[in-house]
Amino acid sequence: MDKQGQETKLSRVEVEHIAELAKLNLTDEEKEKFREQLSAILEYAEILQRLDTEAIPPTATVLPLRNVMVADEVRPSFSREDLLANAPEAENGCFKVQAILE
Amino acid sequence: MKLCELTIHEAHDLLRKGEVSAVELTQAVIERIVEVDNQVKAYLTITPEWALEQAQEADHRIAAWRKDPSNPLDPLTGIPLAIKDVICVAGVPTTCGSKILEDFTPPYDATVIEHLRQRGAVILGKTNMDEFAMGSSTENSGFFPTRNPWDLSRVPGGSSGGSAAALAADECLGALGSDTGGSVRQPAAFCGVAGLKPTYGRISRYGLVAFASSLDQIGPFGKDVSDCAIMLQAIAHYDPRDSTSVDVPTPNYAQALIPDIKGMRVGVPREYFVEGMQPGVETAVRAAIERVTDLGAEVDEVSLPHTEYSLPAYYLIAPAEASANLARYDGVKYGYSRPEVEDVWDAYRQTRQNGFGAEVKRRIMLGTYALSAGYYDAYYLKAQKVRTLIKRDFDEAFRKFDVLVAPTSPTAAFKIGEKVDDPLQMYLSDIFTLSLNLAGICGISIPCGFADGLPVGLQIMGDAFAEEAVLRVAYAYEQATEWHKRKPVL
Repeated sequence: MDKQGQETKLSRVEVEHIAELAKLNLTDEEKEKFREQLSAILEYAEILQRLDTEAIPPTATVLPLRNVMVADEVRPSFSREDLLANAPEAENGCFKVQAILE
Repeated sequence: MKLCELTIHEAHDLLRKGEVSAVELTQAVIERIVEVDNQVKAYLTITPEWALEQAQEADHRIAAWRKDPSNPLDPLTGIPLAIKDVICVAGVPTTCGSKILEDFTPPYDATVIEHLRQRGAVILGKTNMDEFAMGSSTENSGFFPTRNPWDLSRVPGGSSGGSAAALAADECLGALGSDTGGSVRQPAAFCGVAGLKPTYGRISRYGLVAFASSLDQIGPFGKDVSDCAIMLQAIAHYDPRDSTSVDVPTPNYAQALIPDIKGMRVGVPREYFVEGMQPGVETAVRAAIERVTDLGAEVDEVSLPHTEYSLPAYYLIAPAEASANLARYDGVKYGYSRPEVEDVWDAYRQTRQNGFGAEVKRRIMLGTYALSAGYYDAYYLKAQKVRTLIKRDFDEAFRKFDVLVAPTSPTAAFKIGEKVDDPLQMYLSDIFTLSLNLAGICGISIPCGFADGLPVGLQIMGDAFAEEAVLRVAYAYEQATEWHKRKPVL
């Protein structure tokens, strides 16, 4: 429900669910703001439902879909050092991450 | 005239004749940046020492050409250019206007940068932008807003606002931007310069940081149409490193610059003149269309019936693609990070929460929702089907017309702060530009007058790979008018 007491597109629980899918640690203030703003945008997007698209194929890309094959051969690439230069943490020539297994 | 005020083709003539050196030209532009950028704030990074080294190298090339003129001198040799900070330049910070990439320095050049450097162009630095190219005002930059050189209390447009403002303020001779929904054309209109969005697949996206991969395209800004053609010529090449780059020959775009459009068929889409438009914008654009008619084009009205559905379709498709593309910012490989947090999931959550700004989070949320279980068909798939209808509208129109003409944006530049808290109002600024990205076609914005003292853009749209038709009409109009010669006073 919004301030006027009308049903909105998104509930607080849904906003929290999406934030978790997107791995965003939103503040309470952001959750409320996004609930209102995203509800308004989704409300606006409802006009798409006016169109009958039953027989219309979706367009994911304007180009004809095709696979690009390349020869399977060794070619020069970036040096490990160059690629690790931007890493927040690196060790033994690898990116360092937190433990993911107990 | 000051050297920094030259167009690319004017500067090229002086370089050829030996009346100016690339170092002098570059020095003049650097001085201009020092003089005015504290007001305009167009640049995020300037690389003056490196620019002068590149200029020196360009002078060597020019000297070699003078000894042996059998190969023509490239029109970009020795020309100082600005690059939107979403395009990778090796060894120069590339932030995308985001705190999350504040310390990122790419180890390689984007393909477009390779092309510019092979031609001896001089890179001056990186320009400000809405974070990850999401916005229409450059206010969403994670660092500071850029100001419109025509009125410093107003926005330069966005998301390539830094490139457009730098060019309008003579802080470069040409610039590159990127256009996902209007991000080259709308700031070009707001700043009174020319800005071209090429056909999807015309320019390699290798080294362009991804926002919405099926819509993103790099495009040039020029002080006039000829300069846009020169830059397009340099960057429009097939690239095997981008699977969406299309392997078609590059035309000679200079040959398209013919000031004669007699008999060309020009359509005016009636849906692009809407209620709520700024009256001065409509007046200027209507007058421009009269001018095109006077030049001998066959002008007629056309309908693009699904126009009103472009905005909602775009704001489901682009955020959906963005939410997937921006999943890579996890604080592990590059960028802002919270490695001191022990739990890996908490580290991701805090990295992204602290690293992204409000608009980026809003679009990630919207896109994640549109792609999530239970909503995919109703939102994302529906939007993709509507995209097909929008594309069919254009296919139909281009059977009858060579180009379409319309306003670039419904208003001239708005005040800084005016729309920043109302995302839907901000999104409406792109209502006339984003259909072209959905359809994958090309378009240019060129100056066509003023509304309340601020520049107005005329948008000329062409079918896929019809850049020559677009450039021809733009050039003919420009040759018949003086708008492109007007400069802001700083």
